[in-house]
Amino acid sequence: MARTVTNRQKAVTTVVVWIIALLIFFPILYTIITSFKSETEAIQGFNLIPSGTLESYAEVEAQRGYFRFFLNSVIISVGSTLLALVVAVPAAWSMAFSPTRRTKDVLMWMLSTKMMPAVAVLVPLYLIFARLGLLDNRVAITVMLTLINLPIVVWMLYTYFREIPGEILEASRMDGASLWNEIVYVLTPMAVPGIASTMLLNIILAWNEAFWTIQLTTTNAAPLTVFISSFSSPQGLFWAKLSAASTLAIAPILIMGWFSQRQLVRGLTFGAVK
Amino acid sequence: MGNITLQNVSKSFGATSIIPNIDLTIEDGEFVVFVGPSGCGKSTLLRLIAGLEDVSGGKIMIDGRDVTQEAPAKRGLAMVFQSYALYPHMTVRNNIAFPLKMAGEDKAVIDKKVTDAARVLNLTNYLDRRPGQLSGGQRQRVAIGRAIVRQPSAFLFDEPLSNLDAALRGTMRLEISELHQQLKTTMIYVTHDQVEAMTMADKIVVLNAGNIEQVGSPLELYRSPKNLFVAGFIGSPRMNLVSGQAADGMGGAATVGVRPEHIQISRDSGTWRGTVGVAEHLGSDTFLHVQTDQAGPITVRADGEVGLEHGETVFLTPVPSKVHRFDAGGLALR
Repeated sequence: MARTVTNRQKAVTTVVVWIIALLIFFPILYTIITSFKSETEAIQGFNLIPSGTLESYAEVEAQRGYFRFFLNSVIISVGSTLLALVVAVPAAWSMAFSPTRRTKDVLMWMLSTKMMPAVAVLVPLYLIFARLGLLDNRVAITVMLTLINLPIVVWMLYTYFREIPGEILEASRMDGASLWNEIVYVLTPMAVPGIASTMLLNIILAWNEAFWTIQLTTTNAAPLTVFISSFSSPQGLFWAKLSAASTLAIAPILIMGWFSQRQLVRGLTFGAVK
Repeated sequence: MGNITLQNVSKSFGATSIIPNIDLTIEDGEFVVFVGPSGCGKSTLLRLIAGLEDVSGGKIMIDGRDVTQEAPAKRGLAMVFQSYALYPHMTVRNNIAFPLKMAGEDKAVIDKKVTDAARVLNLTNYLDRRPGQLSGGQRQRVAIGRAIVRQPSAFLFDEPLSNLDAALRGTMRLEISELHQQLKTTMIYVTHDQVEAMTMADKIVVLNAGNIEQVGSPLELYRSPKNLFVAGFIGSPRMNLVSGQAADGMGGAATVGVRPEHIQISRDSGTWRGTVGVAEHLGSDTFLHVQTDQAGPITVRADGEVGLEHGETVFLTPVPSKVHRFDAGGLALR
């Protein structure tokens, strides 16, 4: 017998899901609300209705210059994503279509690097960056984030490529396609949805990466994560300004995520069900 | 030209030997069918010829040229896959044009060849559609179109009809045979369906566990199977094989085989007495499954109008000139 769901059960589930969603979203919502308060209002306690002042935004931009950080965030996240794809597409192709006995081990090993706490290699990496003069360098931090996210990019692409029937690639080989033509004319167009979701996810991950960007950049190469943290000063926390800075930092990625949520969900659940 | 010769070809995957050692010659223009049960190595053999798998030993020659180490595209062969393997993001036109584009053909030449192929295969009205918008039979025709525009020296078909329904399979079988008549190009066709093998082939290669059991024309295999495996595999319904006491007195054979159509049936007298079990009425014929006292279960092909029903007692007599005799090793006695 098929499982039946009564209207009452549906209503209860909907209410519960809404409550959970609001609880999860509330910190972000309260940050946005606080950004429209004055500093005095912000420290006065819990209040959901702001005065609507834009003074925090104006001050934040005047003090630190939002757009410089925004530009760095764009360069670092897009740059590291493109660089990761250049490495990951051929890697995932070879693992998906000509696997060896060790392919699974290599994949697991790559993933295991994500399990290591970043702080464990902070000192050696910081010293390497310092000695080579790479601190606060856009190229260096872009390469760093590429390497950090590479395992996830390879894994996602590998999962997508595995879904492409091998016979189609064999057909292209019979049709005289070279390896390059096979990747350009057959594999890549078929994997476009997968590559797009992988790109989106990687941009978000790189945009939000705070640990390494805060440690290894200060001004020239500093992205929005550094912009936010700079508002936590020795003189105390300025909640309204900090909230305005946070809102400005998350807004671009929130908007991008909103428009691409369908691709993202597909990307994250791809391969779960045949 | 499309002469293909396999010399001592073998293939193993790790320690598992799939094809121990095969020698085979395929003449130009022949329609050769590789047939055998699942896992007998027939698809692997086709893929070795195509170059999609590397041989473990031996040589593959096409028109006297050793192609063993050559890439698939350099062998001058075209392949039609079981899953059609069309490029889903390309239109029918671009699918058919793809091999020509890869060969660097002129655009005008490509257009002409694609148009000609589409006309031959009744695809003219579908050229701007994508494979997802076509039926199974149309997709298969696109796959064939992609193969014929290359004007290959031989076509390789890997179970191309197994994804189609029975009616369409019959139609496509005729279309492929017709195409062979028109093009006169060598075709190698892999199937596990012995009806396809019998109806389409000039020459059938029966494979079992990576070895060739027999090579011959459909009628040769039907009339003179070399061994028990071929006897049991070729023919539908399959040959009745009887051993033990019932086979005694039939020329010293350990096993005798008699096809369902070579058994006379009577209500009064005969060699084996039995009871009718299931009667399958096909209209033109009736297949009677008879449980005999002496020879065990026997299938008989009777007239479509035969009036025998479940539970009736009948007598069966094999036509003496049509009885196949096999020794204890399963080889045919001549």
